[in-house]
Amino acid sequence: MDFGPHLLLASLEGAVTAAILALTAMGLSIVFGVMRVVNVAHGEFYMLGAVIAWWVTSLVGGHPAIGFVLALGIAPLVVGLMAAAADKLILQKINYDPDRTIVATIGLMYIIQQTTLMTFGPDARPVQPPFNTRLALPWFEYGESGFAMVWPWGLSITSYKLFVIVAAVAILTTLWLVITRSKIGLIMRATQLDSETAQAFGVPVDRVYMWVFGLGAGLAAVGAVLVVPIQQAHYLMGHDPLLLAFITVIIGGLGSLPGTIIAAILIGMSDGVISVFFSPTLAKIIATLVVAMVLAFRPQGLLGRSVH
Amino acid sequence: MTDTQRSQGLHLGVIALLAAAFFILPTYHVGNLSRIMVLAIYAIGYNFLFGYTGLLSLGHALFFAAGMYGLGLSMELFDLSAAPALIVGLASALVVSAVIGFLALRTSGVSFMIVTLMFAQAGYLTILYFGSYTRGDEGFVIPQADRAMFGFDLSNDTTRYFAALLLFSICFLAVARLVQSPFGRTLIAIRENEERARMLGYNTVSHKLKAVIISGTISGLAGAAYALLFGYAGATFATVQYSIFPLLWVLLGGAGTTIGPLIGVIFMFYLIDLSSSITSAYMLIAGVVLVLLTLFAPQGLAGELRKRVFKWMP
Amino acid sequence: MDAMNILSTKGLTKAYGGIKANTDIDFVLPRGKTMALIGPNGAGKSTFVGMLCGRIPATSGDVFFEGQNINALAAHQRISLGIAYTFQITSVFAGLSLHENVALAARRRLGTDTAAVNAKVADVLARVGLTERTDQIAGDLSYGHQRLLEIAMGLAQDPRLFILDEPTQGLADSEVADFIALINALAGETTILLIEHNMHVVMQTAAYITVLNGGEILAAGTPDEIHANEAVQAAYLGTTTNA
Repeated sequence: MDFGPHLLLASLEGAVTAAILALTAMGLSIVFGVMRVVNVAHGEFYMLGAVIAWWVTSLVGGHPAIGFVLALGIAPLVVGLMAAAADKLILQKINYDPDRTIVATIGLMYIIQQTTLMTFGPDARPVQPPFNTRLALPWFEYGESGFAMVWPWGLSITSYKLFVIVAAVAILTTLWLVITRSKIGLIMRATQLDSETAQAFGVPVDRVYMWVFGLGAGLAAVGAVLVVPIQQAHYLMGHDPLLLAFITVIIGGLGSLPGTIIAAILIGMSDGVISVFFSPTLAKIIATLVVAMVLAFRPQGLLGRSVH
Repeated sequence: MTDTQRSQGLHLGVIALLAAAFFILPTYHVGNLSRIMVLAIYAIGYNFLFGYTGLLSLGHALFFAAGMYGLGLSMELFDLSAAPALIVGLASALVVSAVIGFLALRTSGVSFMIVTLMFAQAGYLTILYFGSYTRGDEGFVIPQADRAMFGFDLSNDTTRYFAALLLFSICFLAVARLVQSPFGRTLIAIRENEERARMLGYNTVSHKLKAVIISGTISGLAGAAYALLFGYAGATFATVQYSIFPLLWVLLGGAGTTIGPLIGVIFMFYLIDLSSSITSAYMLIAGVVLVLLTLFAPQGLAGELRKRVFKWMP
Repeated sequence: MDAMNILSTKGLTKAYGGIKANTDIDFVLPRGKTMALIGPNGAGKSTFVGMLCGRIPATSGDVFFEGQNINALAAHQRISLGIAYTFQITSVFAGLSLHENVALAARRRLGTDTAAVNAKVADVLARVGLTERTDQIAGDLSYGHQRLLEIAMGLAQDPRLFILDEPTQGLADSEVADFIALINALAGETTILLIEHNMHVVMQTAAYITVLNGGEILAAGTPDEIHANEAVQAAYLGTTTNA
């Protein structure tokens, strides 16, 4: 394949990565934005989403689409409820103290991960995509007879991957409308601005925190359900998304939702492109160093504003 | 008895007890204990920063690995003998902690945790990237013949035990003394109220940087000692997990207490030892312990003891 | 070196975004005297002293201490020159003993000389009347005692200039009387800059008064001159003398 088609392919793969990353990072970003806590167990909620999706699809027979649609509904719901319960039982008890929350969520991370190891086992398990047509993509070349449309061998994408991109855009748009237009969103934003004042105005801050934490985990689970037909479910699969989501949220500016989306696209695309052309390890080294430097020298992130 | 005499008695008693344990305990536990003492050095280094200065780092594995690979690679690639290699290990940890400290101390709180985490992750990936030298996750063995210093064979169970005890005692007593010194007390003041310390005329940034360097270098000593005494260096020791372990030990034993790190390591070591004979998911225990600690004993075992019984405990 | 004045400012200005908290403040502080800085809430008093001791970076203008321009010095360096500062909101090392709180303040100057540090601690704790509580944990003290501890921490530094930000706020009447006696005992020994709302305290202690209003100096002079100043009466005294 020539450079041009190769780059197009890399960009498409990058767009899929960006779509999943945007969902996962958005969950982390909302939790940080509203509650000002860092959820280290976020990657494990993602992993749980994938494992539950496998479990649902393996129980339901018939066409793979039936199981998939069920999983897309059930997995985020179950994961969200579990996270809300963890918030009520642990984080609320330690008053969201920033240091102790990190330690507690590290503990939660191991509990979820290792319990999955004990029950689900150490193997990676696949989920059937609901549909998976291979779509060949055209490329334009300037040849002897002027511009011509060619179909380079290997330049293709599956219908499922396109669906992932569309689904992520739809979910994030809905989320955006909920946060900016609805009463639920208003309550969330009020709590984010000043939880004490919000409490004084009758906002049940504890319950808002609980459901925001659940929503954050649920978004990670949605991302995982979407990804699991492409990547298999495995008990350690939460590690990389956690790191990438962290990077995204930091680059985008802690707690800034539009920043998170833009950073997700930037990082997802460049991850796709870089890992096609360079060693993935080198790409990760550069990415983590960039994040550390951004935090040290521009703590408000690339798009965030400084906090007073 | 004054409090100072009491705490000196306590520290010397702990060391005497560890020395006696060699003659009393069965071989299996003696072997465990030499590993525990080396890991306790790591915990002591971590506690100096977290317990006494109030800085929570999630990247100490980088310092541990700097010591481990500083020693290991200089023996493996440049055929250095053990003593100069140990110096190289210490020097690498010192340099790495100075650079990371300088950069990470521009931030505080949650950002400090994430910055240290990211640098450590970059360090881990770098070890993997140069896999042709480091052998990545698989690691490399330091030949038994090379593991000798001043005429002592450090691969021998007895010398290894007492070498570990010697290093542990030096760090244990030195840190106990340091935290009682004016410098250590200023660090405690920074932990309690940094802005107030600054407005008393203390250069808090330079104090914190010194604390990171001391903490990082002690952690590096632990890494180098681990490689030398147990003859192995591997990238596993640079993973996030090995940054979380010292936090766990110190929280469990009691942050900001001199004996907390040792207690934490012993407790956790045997907890994992016992549970790994039952299940391969032994880290589950670590997770449960962490959550229970944050909920019920945020001051750790030694911390709760100090609060309730021995108020004089250092 | 300015023999008369220990500290002065030229055109000191602080702007937050477009809003000016302090505008072009030219200020002189006579050596060895007690000066009170008064003004209504939001007049910019705390911002002003924050810029003096380096907690708040100035937008423009100069600060001179002992004739030396200290603009470039960080807060801890300015403190090292001999400026002590007590916080408006009580800020002690809540988890440490009173002895250790004061020792930390004394040790920066006295260094590792334990005997000298202990003597200093005993001396200043006696001066503020907290001797019996030496071994208590600072966080367990009443609010009034914590304010006294703050003052003790300032005294332990043997400052050349002692800045107190609303030291009597929240004190009982008897404690206020003790505070006035303490400040008057220090007069002549050191220079004191007092931010104060309580006019009774100001009139009992200050040799000079500077009035800040809307981020600018409205008037400066002796208590009698300030009392007679119509602009001050209109802006400030008229509304708060009764309070």
